[in-house]
Amino acid sequence: MHAILRRGRPERFIVPVLILAGWEAFSRSGALPPALLPAPSAVAWAWLDWVFGIDGNTQSYSGRWIFDVMASFWRVAAGFAIATAMGVTLGVAIGWSRFIEVLIEPTLQTLRPIPPVSWIPLAIIWFGIADKPAIFLVFLGAFFPILLNTIHGVKTCDRNLIRAGAMVGGSQHQLLRFIVVPAALPSIFAGLRIGVGSAWMLTVTAEMVAVKSGVGYVLWDSYYFLRYDIVIAAMASIGLLGFLSDLMIQAVARHMLRWQQGTTLQGVEG
Amino acid sequence: MATIEISGVSKIFKDAKRKADVTALSNVSFSVKRNELLCLLGPSGCGKSTLLNMIAGFDRPTTGTVKVDGQVITAPGADRGVVFQQPNLMPWLPVWENVAFHLKLRGAQKAQRRHEAQRYIDLVGLTGFENHFPAELSGGMNQRVGIARALLMNPAVILMDEPFGALDEQTRMDMQNELISIWERHKGTIVFVTHGIDEALTLGTHVAVMSARPGRIAEIIPLDLPRPRDITSPRFNDVKRHILDLLRHEPAAAPSPLQTADPS
Repeated sequence: MHAILRRGRPERFIVPVLILAGWEAFSRSGALPPALLPAPSAVAWAWLDWVFGIDGNTQSYSGRWIFDVMASFWRVAAGFAIATAMGVTLGVAIGWSRFIEVLIEPTLQTLRPIPPVSWIPLAIIWFGIADKPAIFLVFLGAFFPILLNTIHGVKTCDRNLIRAGAMVGGSQHQLLRFIVVPAALPSIFAGLRIGVGSAWMLTVTAEMVAVKSGVGYVLWDSYYFLRYDIVIAAMASIGLLGFLSDLMIQAVARHMLRWQQGTTLQGVEG
Repeated sequence: MATIEISGVSKIFKDAKRKADVTALSNVSFSVKRNELLCLLGPSGCGKSTLLNMIAGFDRPTTGTVKVDGQVITAPGADRGVVFQQPNLMPWLPVWENVAFHLKLRGAQKAQRRHEAQRYIDLVGLTGFENHFPAELSGGMNQRVGIARALLMNPAVILMDEPFGALDEQTRMDMQNELISIWERHKGTIVFVTHGIDEALTLGTHVAVMSARPGRIAEIIPLDLPRPRDITSPRFNDVKRHILDLLRHEPAAAPSPLQTADPS
């Protein structure tokens, strides 16, 4: 987080400012009707009202942003937590035990190419129209990246470290807990970062189809009312939330993997 | 009383890919008595690391038995401390946690682990580096951590597999002196694998000279040279000449396809 929020380095703002300025100029030029491509200033105005309820231009959404965000955030958090618990547990088991790998990996690898969104019909039949189908979809999206990265991390654990652990008297269970899992943590965190991205994608998808609240619902609903400024504000909100969740995971990783600092490119940078 | 007994040990590696079996060790027998420091000396590919791995319990003999204190070895255990060629420290643990890793596995409290670790950190001369991570230390310092980790278990036997091989000459001589001074103060049985004649003659109470393909013991030479040993003294050179003769009768240890299957 420090790397991103650190003061100085003004060059980080060059590209966003150029994009926004170009977009603003293009919108005002009249090449397209303003209703089809609202200018950034119009989006900002709608966004501000959505967040703070300034002049009510977003009507029923005015001042409701935090509630919409929390609705989406809670679904992401729940689905992601379940995916993390299951992905890491199963990944460690598959990576460590040849028997478990043979037993369940083929099934998982068959399920993996099925796009999570194709589960939407079944998710609605099974869980109805509420939080549950969204949480289920988030889980599906985050589970596989976490699982695969955990398996990779466990399988690439240095055999010599396990020997060293056996030499100091470690049982199989202890070797797994005190050596294999810590050694797999860098891979596991890579999986968590990919997983949280999928989680936001899928919660928004689910909210467009199967749920009546959250940022994704606002986005789709505004589309029906031809409020493209709110659509874009919702898109920007999702981007911001995904970015912040990734920063959170990076901060946890930086703390848990502080032993890597100075040994990796990322460590030197952070 | 012999602490380590190797009797009739052979090791054949199956090489399925090339349909050729490699005999790494052929009918090796010897014993190491309590408080001896035996150096296993030989060219690469003579099976000395394989032999050490069998005493450590990482590897099993194809025929014959390896016993430590009368027990047949079938698995690694904390009664045998191993110092590896590479330090093999847990990179996520600071120095003191690496040294006390054995106690962590035994469920000891943090305060006790910290206290015990300090003794051995001081012993190997790493005072002040307790909270460093391995990546922040030099190779020689990491190797000291590995030695402290093995010593802390207070094992009956310490097995060292070319532990100073990756160090520069100066650091290696310092580490050899330190190892001898630790061993003289604390005693204990040590098996030390090396391919350096000077190193074997500087450290050992005995040197077991091995020959390659198939690996066997050519001769076990007891050393009664006074310590600290002078590697330029005439007596040192007499023994060295004798060992060179033994090794010269060997075909030169040129790389052969067979050697690739031998992990030593």
